Amino acid sequence: MATKPATSNSAGKTGAPAVNSSRNFGSGLFFGIGLIAFMDEVVFHQLLQWHHFYDLATTRIGILSDGLLNSFAWFAAIFSLFMVADLRRKNAFWLKKWIGASFLGAGAFQLFDGLINHKVLNLHQIRYNVDLLPYDLIWNISAVLLLLTGAFILSKARTPQKKKKAGRSDA
Amino acid sequence: MHEQHPAQTTPEFLPFFLFMLLLAIVPYAAAVFMSNRKYRKWPLHRFVLWCLGALAIVAALTGPLAEQAHHDFRMHMVVHLLLGMLAPLLIAMSCPLTLLLRTASTAAARKLTAILKSRPFRVLGNPITAAILNIGGLYLLYLTDLYHLMHESILLYALIHLHIFLAGYLFTVALVYFDVTPHRFSFLYRSSVLIIALAGHKILAKTLYADPPAGVGRQEAEAGSMLMYYGGDLIDAFLIFFLCWHWYRAAGKGIRHSQMT
Repeated sequence: MATKPATSNSAGKTGAPAVNSSRNFGSGLFFGIGLIAFMDEVVFHQLLQWHHFYDLATTRIGILSDGLLNSFAWFAAIFSLFMVADLRRKNAFWLKKWIGASFLGAGAFQLFDGLINHKVLNLHQIRYNVDLLPYDLIWNISAVLLLLTGAFILSKARTPQKKKKAGRSDA
Repeated sequence: MHEQHPAQTTPEFLPFFLFMLLLAIVPYAAAVFMSNRKYRKWPLHRFVLWCLGALAIVAALTGPLAEQAHHDFRMHMVVHLLLGMLAPLLIAMSCPLTLLLRTASTAAARKLTAILKSRPFRVLGNPITAAILNIGGLYLLYLTDLYHLMHESILLYALIHLHIFLAGYLFTVALVYFDVTPHRFSFLYRSSVLIIALAGHKILAKTLYADPPAGVGRQEAEAGSMLMYYGGDLIDAFLIFFLCWHWYRAAGKGIRHSQMT
C-alpha cells in the first residue's frame, strides 16, 4: 500500500485524486461515451436489429457524423480503461468522480444520438414500421436522466477546497 | 478474363501456397538464427507473428480466396482486410526492421538507418501522409473506375495489391511504434489521426453500402461493406489497444516502484 496518506475516502479528496481530478473526469467521460456506443451497437443493431446499418433516408453528412462519432467512441472506450489503470497505479483513482463523469458521457452521447443522429441527420430511426414518438421520447428522456444522474453524482464528488489545484495535468 | 490464373483454380494450389509461405518464412528464420548467435535470444512470439503475417498475405494472394475475390465483392473485402490490415499489424509486431539491423553488417546497418532518417522517409512516416496513402487509396480504388479496371489488367491488379499492403504497413508503423522508428510523433497527434482514419474507413464502408462500385450486385455490396465496417473495427481495436498500451508504459516511466504497489 502507498505510504502517502492521500487516499482517505471520507468527504472529499485532498491528495492525488484531487490533483488528478480532471483526469478522473476525462477518463470517466470517455468510458461513458465508449460504453453507451458499444451498447447501442450490440443491443440495438445486433441483438434487437431495430437500428439499420443504413436506410434510404441516410444523408451523406449523417454517414460522416456517424463514422467520426463511432470511431471516437471506439477509441475512447479503450483509452479510458488505460487511464483508469494509470490513475490506479498512481493511487489517484477517484471512483465517485469517475462514475459521475461516465453517466455524463453516456447521457451526452445518447442525447446527441437521439436528437442529432436520428432526427436532424436522419441516420437511421430507433425502430422501423412502428409509431416512433414513444420510442423517441423514451430514448431522449433516458438520455436526460443519465445526464442528471451524472451531474448529481459529480456534485457529491467535490474537492473541499479549491486551492488544491496543482498544475500537474500533463496530457 | 480469369484464364490468367490457371494454377490457382485447380485444387492443387496447395504446393504453390506452401512454397510461397516457405519463401516468406525462411529469410526471417535465417535472420533469427544469425541474430541469436550474437545477441540476446530473439523472442519466439515475434517469429510466430511473422509466420501468421506471411500466412495472411499468401492466403490473400494465392489459392481459392484470391480466385473468388476476382468476382465476389465479399471475398474481395476479406482479401482487403487480410492484406491491408491484419498482415501489416502482424508483421509490424514481429519487428522485422530491428531484426534486419541486428543481422546486417555495421556499414549496411548505418546506411539503412541513414535512409530511414532521410527526409522522404520523414514525410512518409508522418501519420497524416500514411493515413492519406492508406485510406485515400481505398477511396480512389472503390469510388472510381479503378476497381473495375483492376480486374481487367493483371499489372494493375498486382500494383494495387502491392499498394494495399505497403500503405497498410506504413499506416500501422506510423501510428504504433512496434519496431525501430526514427521519427516519432506525440500520442495525441497519432491518436487523432487514427480516429479520423478509422472514421474515414467507416464512412467509405457505408458509402459503398449505399452506392456499390460498378458491376457489384446489391446483396454482395451490402455484405461486403458491412464486413469492411466491422472487420475494420476489430483490427483497429488492436491498433488502438497497442497505441494506448505504449502510452501507459511511457506514462509509467516516471513513477517510482514504491508508489506502484
